[in-house]
Amino acid sequence: MTTGHAIVARALTRRFGDFTAVDGISFDVAQGEVFGFLGANGAGKTTAIRMLIGLLAPSDGEAVVAGCNVRSETETLRSRIGYMSQRFSLYDDLTVRENIALYGGIYGLDDAAIRARGDRMLRDLDFLASGDAFVRALPLGWKQKLAFSVALLHEPSVVFLDEPTGGVDPITRRQFWELIYAAAARGTTVFVTTHYLDEAEYCDRMSIMVDGRIAALGTPGDLKAQHGVRTLDDLFVQLARGSAGANA
Amino acid sequence: MRAAAPTLSALFAFVRKEFRHLLRDRQTLAILLLLPVAQLVLFGFAVRTDISRVRVGLVAPSPDAAVAALRTRFAHSGRFDLLPPVADAASLEKEFRRAGVDVGVILPSNVAERLQQGEPLQVLVVADASDPNTGTTMQNYATAVLRDWSAAIGARPGAMRLETRVRMRYNPTLESVNLFVPGLVALILTLITSLMTALSLSREKERGTFEVLLVSPLHPWQIIVGKVIPYLGLAMINVLSILGAAWLVFGVPFRGSLLFLLAASLLFALVSLSLGVLIAAVTSSQLAAMLAALGGTMLPSTLLSGLIFPISSMPAPLQVLSHIVPARWFIVVVRGTLLKGAGLSVLWPELLILTAMLAVLLAAAVRKTSVRLA
Amino acid sequence: MTAVSVRALAKRFGDVTALDGVSFDVEPGELFGLVGPDGGGKTTLFRVLTTLLLPDAGHATVLGQDVTRDLWSLRRRIGYMPGRFALYADLSVEENLGFFASVFGTSVDEGYALIAPIYQQIEPFKTRRAGALSGGMKQKLALSCALVHRPDILFLDEPTTGVDAVSRREFWDLLARLSSDGLTIVVSTPYMDEASRCDRVALMQSGRVLAIAPPAQIGEQFPRPLVAVRAANRFALLQTLRALPDVASAWPFGETVHVSDRRTGLSAVQVASALEGALRSSGLDDVSATPISPGIEDTFIELMGRPSETSAA
Repeated sequence: MTTGHAIVARALTRRFGDFTAVDGISFDVAQGEVFGFLGANGAGKTTAIRMLIGLLAPSDGEAVVAGCNVRSETETLRSRIGYMSQRFSLYDDLTVRENIALYGGIYGLDDAAIRARGDRMLRDLDFLASGDAFVRALPLGWKQKLAFSVALLHEPSVVFLDEPTGGVDPITRRQFWELIYAAAARGTTVFVTTHYLDEAEYCDRMSIMVDGRIAALGTPGDLKAQHGVRTLDDLFVQLARGSAGANA
Repeated sequence: MRAAAPTLSALFAFVRKEFRHLLRDRQTLAILLLLPVAQLVLFGFAVRTDISRVRVGLVAPSPDAAVAALRTRFAHSGRFDLLPPVADAASLEKEFRRAGVDVGVILPSNVAERLQQGEPLQVLVVADASDPNTGTTMQNYATAVLRDWSAAIGARPGAMRLETRVRMRYNPTLESVNLFVPGLVALILTLITSLMTALSLSREKERGTFEVLLVSPLHPWQIIVGKVIPYLGLAMINVLSILGAAWLVFGVPFRGSLLFLLAASLLFALVSLSLGVLIAAVTSSQLAAMLAALGGTMLPSTLLSGLIFPISSMPAPLQVLSHIVPARWFIVVVRGTLLKGAGLSVLWPELLILTAMLAVLLAAAVRKTSVRLA
Repeated sequence: MTAVSVRALAKRFGDVTALDGVSFDVEPGELFGLVGPDGGGKTTLFRVLTTLLLPDAGHATVLGQDVTRDLWSLRRRIGYMPGRFALYADLSVEENLGFFASVFGTSVDEGYALIAPIYQQIEPFKTRRAGALSGGMKQKLALSCALVHRPDILFLDEPTTGVDAVSRREFWDLLARLSSDGLTIVVSTPYMDEASRCDRVALMQSGRVLAIAPPAQIGEQFPRPLVAVRAANRFALLQTLRALPDVASAWPFGETVHVSDRRTGLSAVQVASALEGALRSSGLDDVSATPISPGIEDTFIELMGRPSETSAA
């Protein structure tokens, strides 16, 4: 296994009974890269991510994330990665600071570190004055941005984002992506899935899963050129139309 | 421009859909059909009448030494609580009615004399029991004491002729399966009608289909009626199955009119249904509806209706509260029909109260059920 | 007579203003799009127009009938698809369709001609439980159920959310076809690229309509020349642009960043070459700037950002 890569997957496979959800996918993600992981619903994306973050054991194949083997070193793995999704976010009935304290505590940060990093995070977001607001009172866009920052609180080397910008306005989405760029510039590897194909363009490299396999892997520009399409949306449609899952 | 009257076929289509939901949810259906019978059997067999102290009343027209000896035996037997002497058979009957005595022993007059003459002693033992098992046990206890006594006073073997009877107790105490059955009927009806209806309506809202139904020619009351009908049918089936099981397994009698009981059950079911509809109308999620239904219908029906704790033994405020629990009145009706064979002429006050409750709840439910989302 | 007429519609929920004085018209046979993020008021607007909610102020008519007074006759003539596919998961495809048909007093046979292009795509699966369908197929079934009673107008609230890209395209092909056959359709979507398939688009945010125009003309509301800029390192590009004093706005759009200049009187070409110069002298590699015409999303962002900055308050 090559070291120095943030994520390495080799022939990663997962079966449920006689249904193969993920069928031997292989790819690398370099440290500090922003990697877009795309695929239609039911293509195997969610299963693949669950394996990478140590929630699901692979049936076959290997993966190493942040230097940890996903099969055998899940404890260490979880302390080195961050995770944020639309469903799994901040607690609505706690304040912003309470959420920070909670997640900081979960990841083993001491009080001083929680305070220092929390303050810095809020300042960067221009949110310092509103640290005691209840999360449920915040607009969706702010919840997403805060959730992302909280996922980075313990300074993981890889952060997994599962459809983080669903339903937010175009401005907030872009602000969110600037946060992603800033994190990547600091050396954090960002692994993100999204339904917005224009956001896939923001990534350094990307992959598209179809029927459990990776049907495309590379930079957005290269992929468009290779397949002779103008936009990633066209590429996606082209690949998905050939899938067994279309109209099933 | 008034719309054309809502069509019956639309309602029928809705009812058909509701039956499909009900029948396809196999798990819930199994629970709703089997649970009542299972509960009945469990409680019936698990319940043990407390017969550690049996109250015995002696009727002896001519008290003498032999009678005194018998009294002493009963008093020291460790199983019996001996009551003051009962004057005659009529007084004993009164005591039974009052539930003041469990076993009555009626001795002939002039016991000592008859012994001397060598005449047979005719002794009657009557056990007032909640079920045949208990009655037999009490009889056996009493018989044992009597036999010892007869030997001790010098009667020849066979001189004492014992006649035994078991009578069914009318008065309500928890231990009686007879008396539990009415409560169970009320409970099951409440569960099915208010809880399931509330859940079904809330589920429709949570699923999002409720909005689409509203934006259609269907009136809200059609939606409600359509949801209610399958559960009403289920509830009636359950009433019959509980009564059938109770009769078959435990020998619970059915002295009144089945038709009358079913009609009363229908009335009670409608009361519970209105409550369920009201709950669904004012709650915002399935979870809230379920909790409100459990707290607002099941709990009072279990605790305040006289099912578990006799109303007369509750603290005064709770007794007052129990008046607004529909199950309380319904249980009276069921008990009367099952055990006493009472009908409309006797039970009309309770039925009137239930009808009044129905009117109030229905009006509230109709008011709360809006033609719009808000 | 307009198909939909809305005047100064307002609605509050507690202290949240969902609709803040909305006014617009929809012509018969139009494919009218409502675009905007969550919480913008689109769903509330739909609920008022489909007679589900009473507005606090203003009024609206659909098909010439008042939405607050004539609800029963309107409910016969409206087809409605709320978000999240209101379908019965434990009923089959044909049972769902049959149910919705009978609720409207009609039958699948009567409505078949209209729904055929859509329904035929899922008809092979008609005995399957609706809960077991894929997202795209649920969408088609929900649309069929909304159309089976041959409504005079269709209201679709975010019908493509959560569905894969292929199904989204097919769905809009179906909508275009229905519209060209004369059906008035009012549809909301958070995807700007779908908005461009409508006859006219209304941008909604915070309960207000920011702009209404045919998609091709929305860009005319963008006040300044717009330039698309590229560079090797995108993050560095963004940061540099933000630091330039003459830059009015800089937002990432796919591979490029769309930039507009504060100064008036400059053409797009002039802005482009000025930017290239400024960026190269800041040390960025592979810089190129090209004039572009503003699209729906550019305009939306511009209009959105106007009254107040998007900070949490």
